[in-house]
Amino acid sequence: MFDFGVVTNWIDLFLRSNMSENMALFVEFVLVGFAILAVYAVLALLLIYIERKVCAFFQCRIGPNRVGPWGLIQSVADMVKILLKELIKIDRADPVLFRIASFLVIIASICTFGAIPFDPALHAVDFNIGIFYLLAVSSLGVVGILLAGWSSNNKYTMIGAMRSGAQLISYELSCGLSLMTIVILSGTMQLSEIVNQQSEMWFLFKGHIPALIAFVIYLIASHAETNRGPFDLPEAESELTAGYHTEYSGIQFGFFYLAEYLNMFIVAAIAATVFLGGWMPLHIPGWEGFNGIMDKIPPFIWFFGKTFFCVFLALWIRWSFPRLRIDQLLHLEWKILMPLALINILLMALCVI
Amino acid sequence: MSNSALFLVVLITAAFMVIAALLIAKWLAPTSNNPHKGDPYECGIPTRGTSWIQFRVGYYLFAILYLVFDVETVLLFPWAVKMKDMGAQGLVCVSFFLVILALGLAYAWKKGALKWK
Repeated sequence: MFDFGVVTNWIDLFLRSNMSENMALFVEFVLVGFAILAVYAVLALLLIYIERKVCAFFQCRIGPNRVGPWGLIQSVADMVKILLKELIKIDRADPVLFRIASFLVIIASICTFGAIPFDPALHAVDFNIGIFYLLAVSSLGVVGILLAGWSSNNKYTMIGAMRSGAQLISYELSCGLSLMTIVILSGTMQLSEIVNQQSEMWFLFKGHIPALIAFVIYLIASHAETNRGPFDLPEAESELTAGYHTEYSGIQFGFFYLAEYLNMFIVAAIAATVFLGGWMPLHIPGWEGFNGIMDKIPPFIWFFGKTFFCVFLALWIRWSFPRLRIDQLLHLEWKILMPLALINILLMALCVI
Repeated sequence: MSNSALFLVVLITAAFMVIAALLIAKWLAPTSNNPHKGDPYECGIPTRGTSWIQFRVGYYLFAILYLVFDVETVLLFPWAVKMKDMGAQGLVCVSFFLVILALGLAYAWKKGALKWK
């Protein structure tokens, strides 16, 4: 099976044989940075295209079909267009906070993106407290959203930011608790170690019923974390124009837009890594022939397959359900998901003893 | 390669992307001006007053509750990592902690803090 380790080892050897140790390290760092940027940008464009196409098919439309074959270059054209748009200054806004807000959102998103294990060799940041890191960095986005709403000095953005803040912090609890269920099962927070432990069987199947409950809770909570689908009342267009990013224009709006789509990918990737075995192939204990065939498929295809499956679930939910009211939203989190997640932790602890 | 260095690389990459995109936009984007361009967009109606005002207290209640439970999550994670080694003893000890927390949630529930008014 094809492994990116071959490529990265070759680059490492090539650089080390041609230049000094420190220089090689520096060049490798620059390469890592460019690789992350390239994958980030390509995935963002791809996700926007997929979203528009899938949404169109759900609504019996064709979707983008003019630029390029099947409209494939549409999102590239959109990105070029958004770069060419003027950045409008708002007279009464707080100029510094107004800028910083959009930077915070996208920087939090890229930092989370760097910690995702795409492949055994394509894993940039692998802390031993990986899940902690993911939760900590991704929650920085809330600060950016609150700042964006506050600094614009506009009533719509203010209401949107407050709703978004209440929603994000509430659902973060269920996210954290459902990931903790898997930490109890695996006994580690390091993402590479979590993936390696799933070589026999994915945690979704290994963890009996508690893992299944945790997976469902994580899917709902992480979907709410991305401000999409039935949980998109921070940007409910019929009441708040565009929510917290009403006043943003040009590429600053683009930052929010990119971060929203990439966050959708990131939460799907975390779900795939923690519950569905990351880049590990599907193995059924005892079925040697089947496992052998599954091993032939390269790890990164497994990873992207699982992740895009979760992304598709998110799109399906988004285009199928009507928007919730804020009291229903908070009711769902605080009275259903949170108590359920707490009980689920005890259940999982009972399972592993 | 150490992880902290790689984290710095990711952070610098993010900053680089933001700065590069802004510079490109500054360089390529047209600028024009008119007296109403900087007005806040509230559907064309002239805005009244500032929006930097005191906001409803309901959000604050949820923020306080969140704080309690988020700190709890942070405290529980180290326990979760070591749960397998500690066995039944660890479960019994932490269940006291969880019961006290659940009592807190039940109190907030009974007091009506979870109800959106």
